[in-house]
Amino acid sequence: MTTTTTAPMLEARHLVKTFNAVRALDDLSITIAAGEVTAIVGDNGAGKSTLVRCLTGVHSPDDGEILFKGEPAKLSSPEDARSFGVETVYQELGLVEDLTVWQNLYLNRELTKPIPLLGILDRKGMIDKSSEILERLDVNVPSVRTTVRRMSGGQRQSIAIARAVTWGESLVIMDEPTAALGVRETAAVERLIHSLRDQGVTVLLISHDLDQVMRVSDTVVALRRGRAVAHRAVGDVNGDQLVGLITGTISGDD
Amino acid sequence: MSRASTGRPAADPDSTDDGGKQSRRIDASMLAELAAPLALVLVWLAFFIATPDFLTTDNISDLLVASSILVVLALGQQFAVVVAGIDLSVGANLPWAAALLGYTVSHGHSMAIGVAAALLGGLLVGLVNGFLIGYLGMVDFIVTLGTLSVVSGITLLLTQGNTVAVSSNFLQSIALDGAGPVRWFWLIALVGALGTAFLLFRMRIGTHLLAVGGNAEGARGTGIPARRVRMYAYAGSGLLCGLAGVMLVARNGGADPSLQTNYLLSSIAAVVLGGSSLFGGKASVLGSVTGAVLLTSLVNGFTILGISQYYQPIAVGAVVLMSALLARVRE
Ligand SMILES: Nc1ncnc2c1ncn2[C@@H]1O[C@H](COP(=O)(O)OP(=O)(O)OP(=O)(O)O)[C@@H](O)[C@H]1O
Ligand SMILES: [Mg+2]
Repeated sequence: MTTTTTAPMLEARHLVKTFNAVRALDDLSITIAAGEVTAIVGDNGAGKSTLVRCLTGVHSPDDGEILFKGEPAKLSSPEDARSFGVETVYQELGLVEDLTVWQNLYLNRELTKPIPLLGILDRKGMIDKSSEILERLDVNVPSVRTTVRRMSGGQRQSIAIARAVTWGESLVIMDEPTAALGVRETAAVERLIHSLRDQGVTVLLISHDLDQVMRVSDTVVALRRGRAVAHRAVGDVNGDQLVGLITGTISGDD
Repeated sequence: MSRASTGRPAADPDSTDDGGKQSRRIDASMLAELAAPLALVLVWLAFFIATPDFLTTDNISDLLVASSILVVLALGQQFAVVVAGIDLSVGANLPWAAALLGYTVSHGHSMAIGVAAALLGGLLVGLVNGFLIGYLGMVDFIVTLGTLSVVSGITLLLTQGNTVAVSSNFLQSIALDGAGPVRWFWLIALVGALGTAFLLFRMRIGTHLLAVGGNAEGARGTGIPARRVRMYAYAGSGLLCGLAGVMLVARNGGADPSLQTNYLLSSIAAVVLGGSSLFGGKASVLGSVTGAVLLTSLVNGFTILGISQYYQPIAVGAVVLMSALLARVRE
């Protein structure tokens, strides 16, 4: 069906996910082209975060299948998704408050001393590299040795983004990454998304900021009540049409 | 970022608790961190003033030996607490490990096998707890309450409710002797404490334990196998409980199969005194160790002063409640 050269980075087919009576994903299908920035838009409760959690193995969908680079993928845990080179900035960020910035950046990616089995941490290496990573990404924190508990909402978001882009090799998923960010920081994240694409990393962006979506993405997918109602190249839509697709005044593809 | 370059989070909905109160927080949390060592100094000072018999080399030496078992238990409890759990089964696991040692040795096996049986027996209880809590997602409090009862019953069945005398030169010398002035019991506790600290703060698994305790969902999101990590925490608690069981037999010269509620409560109290959060994600090995020594000091001092032993649990409880109050201030 799909040849390897043109296989999309990720494809979800007929995903269904219900929470008790709520059908969060209702026969949702989506294709994320390799090397592109795909944006997902939709109202609160449309199912965006649930889709993200299904794609990263946090939730297992009740039905449907997920393909990475054309191959069916069994995602039973986030570790599985990570093994495909997928990194995620969750809406809740997923930082550990009482760990330091560097510990969060390297969480489950710890550098260890070259002594087998024991897993002895190379603290100095991680601290030094964390400072470099944050500097390179223009993230300002007082010290990487501070706990995340002492960080502002925007700093936390920046740390979570830095973590994902540092480790994401093939796909970086960001669930509302700029929701808590100021103007300057938001612009920095948008530049970051562009540079990820330039490096050949695929990006899946979830955002309520339609101007941002128009600025950074190649393709936009509108979700409505658990269904993907429209896939559009960004050049083919304008903001008003997106609003119509999100709210349902424009009916969409099916 | 720009807001942050001042080094102080400004008014931001997510960090209001960090905003105006920040300077007070630092003071309070430093106080809580140092609470156990500080309280220990105060208690020792009070007993020193009250009686010349307290601060003598012999008494302190004995007091630290008496603390050692509780130190090891508290280190184990620390593992459960760090993943936001609790291990109530300690009260039964301790006599269970002791009874296994007594049983194997009294049935003609070597001391090495007896010690191994105690350690493995303790570990087994921890693994069962960890499996039920980590993999089956059962509530820690209920699970360990259940195993407390079950293991206690099995211990009574194994021993027919009798104390088994264990006469062993090896165990006796561990409890009484040492290298010069350094008693073997201290060394065991010290190695346990250093090992625990190393594991928690210098090894990968330690970071994962802290992460799972602090934010289980977040930890899982990074691919950390949160269930397995929880299981390790309870396994660690069980193993250290087995070690404490061996020490208990060495100290008492026998294995008493009855429930050790005192040790159970004190192990939790020591960890709480030490400033670890029962909500998980935070650990203080130094705190737990000093907490254990402090609790033992109270009992020791009261005994020297001839104060009725009925007052001891009241004093211990008061100290724990005070530390809980301190933790509340810290929030
Ligand atoms: N863990 C859960 N348990 C129960 N219901 C859930 C859970 N997660 C999501 N839901 C429900 O599924 C629906 C979709 O939620 P989801 O978080 O995916 O929305 P969203 O599109 O990300 O919204 P937002 O823009 O507010 O972030 C909602 O009705 C929500 O109540
Ligand atoms: Mg969401």
